[in-house]
Amino acid sequence: MLPWLIRRVLTLVPVFLAVSVVIFSILHFIPGDPIDNLLKVGSPASARAEMEARYGLDRALPVQYGIWLGKVFQGDLGTAIVARRPVAELIAQALPHSLRLGGLALLFSSVVGITLGIIAALWRDRWPDRAIMGGVLVGSTMPNFWLGLILMLVFSVWMGWFPVSGARGWNSLVLPVVTIGLGGTALVARITRVAMIEAVRQDFVTLLHAKGLPPLRIELFHVLRHALIPVVTILALRIGWILGGAITVEVVFARPGLGTLLIKSLSQHDYPVVQACLLMLAMAVMLGTLLGDVLQAMMDPRIRAAMA
Amino acid sequence: MSALLELSGVSVAIGNVALVDRISLRVEAGRILGLVGESGSGKSLTAMAAMGLLPLIGGRVTEGEVRFAGRDMAGMSDAERRALRGRRIGFVTQNPMTALDPVQRIGAQVDIVSRLHLRLTKAAARARTLDLLTQLRIPDAAAVVDAYPHQLSGGMKQRIVIAMALAGDPELIIADEPTTALDVTVQAQIIQILGALVRDRGLALLLITHDMGVIAQICDRVAVLYSGRLVEEGPVGPIFANPAHPYTAALIDCIPQEGMAKRSLRGIPGAVPSALAFPPGCRFHPRCRRATETCRDDAPPLLPLGAGSVACHHAGPP
Amino acid sequence: MSAWPAPLRALRWPVGGIAGAWLIVIVAAALFAPLISPYAYDAQALKEAYGSASAAHWLGTDEFGRDLLTRLMYGARTSLSVSAIAISLSVACGMVLGAAAAWFGGPFDRTVMVVVDLTWSFPEILIALILVAIIGPGTTGTMIAIAVAYLAQFTRLTRAQIMTLKGETFIEAARSLGAGNTHILLRHLLPNAFAPVLVAAMLATGDAIILEATLGFFGLGAQPPVPSWGGMMSAGSALVFKAPWIIVFPGLAVAATVLAINLYGDALIAELDIRSKLRGAG
Repeated sequence: MLPWLIRRVLTLVPVFLAVSVVIFSILHFIPGDPIDNLLKVGSPASARAEMEARYGLDRALPVQYGIWLGKVFQGDLGTAIVARRPVAELIAQALPHSLRLGGLALLFSSVVGITLGIIAALWRDRWPDRAIMGGVLVGSTMPNFWLGLILMLVFSVWMGWFPVSGARGWNSLVLPVVTIGLGGTALVARITRVAMIEAVRQDFVTLLHAKGLPPLRIELFHVLRHALIPVVTILALRIGWILGGAITVEVVFARPGLGTLLIKSLSQHDYPVVQACLLMLAMAVMLGTLLGDVLQAMMDPRIRAAMA
Repeated sequence: MSALLELSGVSVAIGNVALVDRISLRVEAGRILGLVGESGSGKSLTAMAAMGLLPLIGGRVTEGEVRFAGRDMAGMSDAERRALRGRRIGFVTQNPMTALDPVQRIGAQVDIVSRLHLRLTKAAARARTLDLLTQLRIPDAAAVVDAYPHQLSGGMKQRIVIAMALAGDPELIIADEPTTALDVTVQAQIIQILGALVRDRGLALLLITHDMGVIAQICDRVAVLYSGRLVEEGPVGPIFANPAHPYTAALIDCIPQEGMAKRSLRGIPGAVPSALAFPPGCRFHPRCRRATETCRDDAPPLLPLGAGSVACHHAGPP
Repeated sequence: MSAWPAPLRALRWPVGGIAGAWLIVIVAAALFAPLISPYAYDAQALKEAYGSASAAHWLGTDEFGRDLLTRLMYGARTSLSVSAIAISLSVACGMVLGAAAAWFGGPFDRTVMVVVDLTWSFPEILIALILVAIIGPGTTGTMIAIAVAYLAQFTRLTRAQIMTLKGETFIEAARSLGAGNTHILLRHLLPNAFAPVLVAAMLATGDAIILEATLGFFGLGAQPPVPSWGGMMSAGSALVFKAPWIIVFPGLAVAATVLAINLYGDALIAELDIRSKLRGAG
């Protein structure tokens, strides 16, 4: 499996390069002079010259890109215009918060979504199925940030169970995780249900029944195991959704994190920070798909065989 | 001798569509009953009914009784029926390619039967599995138990399925088209294995097939199914010598003879009718050369004839 | 009934009917807002600010005393038109791209698919945020951002449709009769690929309404005083504890509209019997 893993990681290289070109180009798409976009308004000419030299802005675009990418690989993400601190520092502060939130939300969507999907599949076309699928559909039609605010209103303000905002203590994580997780839950529950219903129709399930295995054991150990393969695939592909949810929800709950940093720097036109945030989010998406492939291989011997 | 499996007047429906119409069968220990018919004749549904697995595909027995060792299966609890499956009745499915769980190792899939039904320990179950695989002439059984299904050939997988059917030490095996998906040479091997099991272990075998050639090779009796109805039933020898029903005769004509090229196969004209629109009277009459006015209006009853029985207004040699 | 076209048959009671009725109400409210709304959308009455539901203001008032029902109607105008135009744009470009990729194949197809797969794995909100950052906030920026965010989906879907249709007999027949490439593509392939793409477009409009609201919430959508559902919620988010109705009603409007679109879309999919065609295209 190791040679496969290496090959799989290598396929990410062109993807990363393509994404990094797009992120690099943002600076040049934005109206106005790229140097002005990198500097605080009213900076002295000396600062201009320094910036020009630093990024090679007087040279051809491909060279500029090369310089920028080289610095990125060295961990030099530039200096934030507004905060006047190295961008890498800002990212290092924000990243753990986002990872914690995103990871827990992913866990929440997986566990709740798979459970609901199983229940719906076991009672398909009867009331538990209708209730779950209806609830899941309603949940997926609400804008993330709105749901977050309503949950905050009900559970923090009226009930007083959780803090309204911030990132102090575990209980400040509950509402944000639930808000992001509910969106993913809908997706996971739907796929789990369909995958289980399709898996049940397979010959090998009939034979398991013919072997006299208890039905619940068949559903949970064989059908579910089989059904989880597509679930994992989709979940990994759509890890971006979870991250997208995290962006808005961080802002709503005023939590530190990549989303808040991105939105704030977008509105402040702090482009080095914007670029760094986007780069981090893009890498998370790529690592997510990689993780999905690895998990899939671990779960399905046929895929392992195809890799060797 | 009392029958191990007995179906008397069993009808099966899926939803509101009646697919099997009052068929009766007996399978005795040490004997092989062949159930033959084209696809869509209700063969597999009969097998599912005998296994008590119709609910899986949304079907049910609408009339008649399925008795195993003298007990009506409809009167058993779910747990009792489940205790029969795998333990006293083994099942061999049609397509070995899809019959095994693709993400579980072979050994575990066979072990579970004896662990569940014979209460064997893990080690004892594995020893039994290895023993069974060796008996079924699977080369390198010790390596096969650690393999996944996709690593084995079709014939090998079908042997594994047979091993699973045998692992609970059953008295009856129901084999639903066990050779259809396999190469011709492998087909012969599987048929040999099944025949040897009946001979050596005194098992009862219900062998479902569309191939009269297979019936001729190993079966003691044969039941011919057409569009959900039994048209002829009896000992293999006399039926092959003198088929009384024109459909049976046509099926026998379809067996490729040694030394004859494929083109001389005489197919049966027309197509199997859809279950949604069975013809009135004898269901075979639109395709039958002997059909008369009576055949169009009245369904012929199944009447005794010699050592068997036949349902035809014009029964007899062609 | 079966003589009726599928879009009407999908209105079958209760689910499709209720969903359809809500959509008609909301579209009518958007179209005729200037005629039927009780107030002007920017009519301020500071004395009546933060009013909850009353006989004069059925849904209450906002921080400037503006009537929420009125603003909700005008908001529907903005939100629905931005989403619908953006998705139409996306469908048009996606169909051209997807059809071209499927038709020409080769390196062009591969390039398109690499780009499409790449954008597809990124969350729509992220793509939209980047684009709005480049184009600048406002309705135009939002429209383009949404159109680009969903481009991948329609390109994939159209390409998949054309690929399947390409091998079918009637296309072979047309070709053997001497029909040219363009003729086959325009007269045979695209019309046949249209139904699934149209239904997918409808469902995507629902998602686009949410995306538009989210951009509006970040203050990047329609700029004040023009009301949009997202913009109303953006203003209301700061007041959620003082006057929760300001944010509750626009959110409910979004949820109900998106739900209705989904339910009607499901009914339409069932009527057209195209579930399998939509599968795997995201």
